[in-house]
Amino acid sequence: MKFSEQWLREWVNPAVDTEQLAARLTMAGLEVDAIDPVAGKFTGVVVAEIVSAESHPDAEKLQVCGVNNGSEVVQIVCGAANARVGIKVPLATLGAVLPGDFKIKKAKLRGVESFGMLCAEQELGLAEKSDGLMELPADAPLGVDIRQYLDLDDTVIELGLTPNRADCLSVRGIARETAVLSELPFVETPVAAVSASIDDILPITVAATEDCPRYVGRIIRNVDVSKPSPLWLQEKLRRCGLRSIDAVVDVTNFILLELGQPMHAFDLDKIQGGIVVRHAQAGESLTLLDGQTIDVREGSLLIADEKQALALAGIMGGEPSSVTDASQHLFLEAAFFAPDKIAGRARSYGLHTDSSHRFERGVDFELPARAIERATALIIEICGGQAGPLSSANNQLPARDPIMLREKRIEKLLGMALTQDEVESILRGLGMAVSAIDGGWSVTAPSWRFDISIEVDLLEELARVYGYNRLPVTPMSDTLTIRPAPESLRGMPQVRQQLVARGYQEAITYSFIDPVMHQAMSEGESGVELLNPISADMSIMRTSLLPGLLKTAMHNAKRQQSRIRLFESGQRFIKSDTGLKQTPTLAALLTGRREPESWSESGELVDFYDLKADLESLLSVSTAAISFVPAKYTALHPGQTADVYCDDKRIGRIGALHPSLQARWDFVNPVYLFEIDQQPLLQRGVPVFSELSRFPEVRRDLALIVDRQLAAADVLTAVRNSAGEHLSDLKLFDIYQGKGIDPERKSLALGLTFRHSSRTLNEEEVSQSVDAVVHTLKEAFGASLRN
Amino acid sequence: MENLEGLAAEAAAKIGAATDAQTLDQVRVEYLGKKGHITALLKGLGGLSAEERPAAGAEINRVKEALSEQISECKLRLDQAAVDARLDAEKIDVTLSGRGQHAGGLHPVTRTIERISAFFGSIGFDVVEGPEIEDDYHNFEALNIPAHHPARAMHDTFYVDESTVLRTHTSPVQVRVMESSEPPMKLICPGRVYRCDSDLTHTPMFHQVEGLLISEDTSFADLKGMLESFLRSFFEKELSVRFRPSYFPFTEPSAEVDIQCVMCGGEGCRVCSQTGWIEILGCGMVHPSVFAASNIDAERFTGFAFGLGVERLAMLRYGVNDLRLFFENDLRFLGQFK
Repeated sequence: MKFSEQWLREWVNPAVDTEQLAARLTMAGLEVDAIDPVAGKFTGVVVAEIVSAESHPDAEKLQVCGVNNGSEVVQIVCGAANARVGIKVPLATLGAVLPGDFKIKKAKLRGVESFGMLCAEQELGLAEKSDGLMELPADAPLGVDIRQYLDLDDTVIELGLTPNRADCLSVRGIARETAVLSELPFVETPVAAVSASIDDILPITVAATEDCPRYVGRIIRNVDVSKPSPLWLQEKLRRCGLRSIDAVVDVTNFILLELGQPMHAFDLDKIQGGIVVRHAQAGESLTLLDGQTIDVREGSLLIADEKQALALAGIMGGEPSSVTDASQHLFLEAAFFAPDKIAGRARSYGLHTDSSHRFERGVDFELPARAIERATALIIEICGGQAGPLSSANNQLPARDPIMLREKRIEKLLGMALTQDEVESILRGLGMAVSAIDGGWSVTAPSWRFDISIEVDLLEELARVYGYNRLPVTPMSDTLTIRPAPESLRGMPQVRQQLVARGYQEAITYSFIDPVMHQAMSEGESGVELLNPISADMSIMRTSLLPGLLKTAMHNAKRQQSRIRLFESGQRFIKSDTGLKQTPTLAALLTGRREPESWSESGELVDFYDLKADLESLLSVSTAAISFVPAKYTALHPGQTADVYCDDKRIGRIGALHPSLQARWDFVNPVYLFEIDQQPLLQRGVPVFSELSRFPEVRRDLALIVDRQLAAADVLTAVRNSAGEHLSDLKLFDIYQGKGIDPERKSLALGLTFRHSSRTLNEEEVSQSVDAVVHTLKEAFGASLRN
Repeated sequence: MENLEGLAAEAAAKIGAATDAQTLDQVRVEYLGKKGHITALLKGLGGLSAEERPAAGAEINRVKEALSEQISECKLRLDQAAVDARLDAEKIDVTLSGRGQHAGGLHPVTRTIERISAFFGSIGFDVVEGPEIEDDYHNFEALNIPAHHPARAMHDTFYVDESTVLRTHTSPVQVRVMESSEPPMKLICPGRVYRCDSDLTHTPMFHQVEGLLISEDTSFADLKGMLESFLRSFFEKELSVRFRPSYFPFTEPSAEVDIQCVMCGGEGCRVCSQTGWIEILGCGMVHPSVFAASNIDAERFTGFAFGLGVERLAMLRYGVNDLRLFFENDLRFLGQFK
């Protein structure tokens, strides 16, 4: 809501400057977004009249004008198309300074002297853009300073209003608020009823009484719409951000701004029969004032006549019944439409108008008659004409039930008591009816407030007007309730910290991803699609965190980063038969050199086992059995991919990006990825101490030849299961394939450590265990000892 | 006995000239060994008279001890020199970088959330998370924002279907907690939120931390006190904080909180649009309708809620001047947050 400070001060004039006024409004919840002067900074511009205009001898588009500046006629060369004899325009005289510190001097244009400049609105900072010279009213007094004539020493204040404060979408509402904040009386501008000079009445039938509890109208005959709006009216509208259209529209807009009542004027001759306020039937259409023809949805509220729809109620008028220069007779409308009935309607047609904005939030339902009287008087003053009597249809208006305000509750919620006088003067100042009752007050909200229905609403009003910053502050003094923190759970911060310590950088990527990436990486899991994505490449909710990490890696690879270590934690979203699963997940990506380039590293690239070590380190806190089982995914390298299991549950996957995708996405080096559910990473064992053995350990190394395809994990499991209870450690310390070994076989070197907790193991016991292991491996895998 | 002095001088010279342990040992054998010159003199004492013998013996022993001492000293010196030489040979350039991984870093948003969580955790708040694809009821209805409420227009909601949205704030997590547990309660809910808006100062995804405290005697004064403490702690500064009336359907009274601009100290600058103040969070006393939706007795309990924009806090804290940087994940940006 933009308004002119001067206009506000016509209503209520506190003895504070603009800045203080703005601060007062802001701190009461009417946030001032901007304060701008109504015109640019300029001097030396006066009202002048073009008394002669001739073509420039050497320039087709220029005219040489004689301009009367009030004391003499000066010669001005002008290029504006609308420059013509008889119009009054602003003249920047010699020595004038225009916005932007533009000094006006005597000039020669194509050889003809010019003693000043005729101005457009844009040049005076009165409009963002203008087309031709600013034309002043014919009665503008020659030679008078434009700043004085247009009263330009004014500011425009723009409020960013919250949706609950529709009552401040008018100068009247802001004035009421300003008055209470400044402890000044609020005086309504009196509106005298215009007495009817004709008897004509247009019948009003309200069929949709819940949607339109009040409808007021009046006929005005014999108006001259071609009469221009007076300057004061045009200026007030301009300062509030509205363009002057014609006198009738300008007056209705003026009422909108001044009182907050949206109005509409119909061309009476276009209305057949009377006004009918009803819901739309199937198949109706309407051409709106903005020129578009819409198919009206069944149930939308219409202002119609006996034949057809005339206007979308509370949103926009129709083009066929609108007032034009040729209109002779008017029908003025001011209504109250119920906010909950009209809410969302405009948006459903892709519309948002000053009118719908107000009606959705709530317009004072006692205002229509007052608005019509004020508008009638102004229209007759400008355009002439005779008014008929007011006619109206009234139904069930919104209730304003008394609200109980308890003294104790004020203290409990605001942390301080207010005096009876403070409470009553604040609430009365806001237009509430207040009466003292036992333990508090009975309060009734005024017709213009739609945000006051329960006690806390009144508490907010008290706090707001009293001043939030004058209310007390209680230092934190809460007694802590100590919650037991289970040691068997750790938080994601610790997991993230572990990755950071291992050289990973955290990324946060969008949860909606490119369907192309989704397709490539999703392995057929179906993703949740957005109905209204911000763009096509951000339209599907991720079923995997890997696309985001890959995209981040690509972004950085394009910026000369070749060594990339990333992780991200967040939810992924998977649709399944049982519904939507939103799973907290952790993912990481690794590519490039194993170590940062330096004097000490050899340029070796990371491989699967680098990433696996990092994942294993995260899982090392778990007491569950973690296993890696070869797996295949279309997006991952078929020979370098595993599923990760926690006991028997699959919790994630790890692998190399498929070489074809690596090439498609321009990665120079192989890319390794893992993605795992967060939950198992957070479950950790609580340590249980076991006695340290005082007896020596015995180590035996075995070199075994096994099938090349045999998984090491299977061998190790078999060893553990067959080595007996004294095996205390097992290491696979070498793998050899090549010379001296069957190409289909490989050699595994195992280190077995034995120890007894309460005595020294003897040679025989150890040998028996080793023999058992060798025997088992031979039986299970055809393993042979390497010589 | 002139011979003795001569021998002593001769031996001392040889000791002094020795540059390695082997040479030194040869000198020791030559003079002090079984067949050494000094040993021979001692053996020759038998040829002297009983009167002469003690004095001569004493004299020879004096020289022998002196030479022994010289040899020991020289040995020590030579050993030390050998150690020094080895150490010198092993000298490295300690200014070269260490071997292995460099530390990575947390995303500034996570870093900020962890900082916020640490503050509220220290005063007994639980940290709770919830679904990001949320139903209309929890995102709007239960928070006193019915369909077509004008406040919905402020939200620019992403829809999955008619009744399912990407949560536009983290407030629905509070609703879920209120539904499933009994007050008193103190919790914060950090997480991703989504709004269908993308320009210089908006990203379609960002982060909020929502906070909720419900007890039998919580007032607006408590809310003011706690948020002031939080903001001063977060920025590590005795900032001015002001509370401005505002509107959220789920709180009443509602407030926006401004802090004195941390960039200019309140003088007025580009960041605070010359006002000296920066809008930092929204808050208020929990609306009775919100309590009612979760079957909490609004007569018995009162509470407050607040919502922090994480990116905004991070930008102000670290001086980041472009919101979009947070989601470009450029390593040159992320690497600045160690």
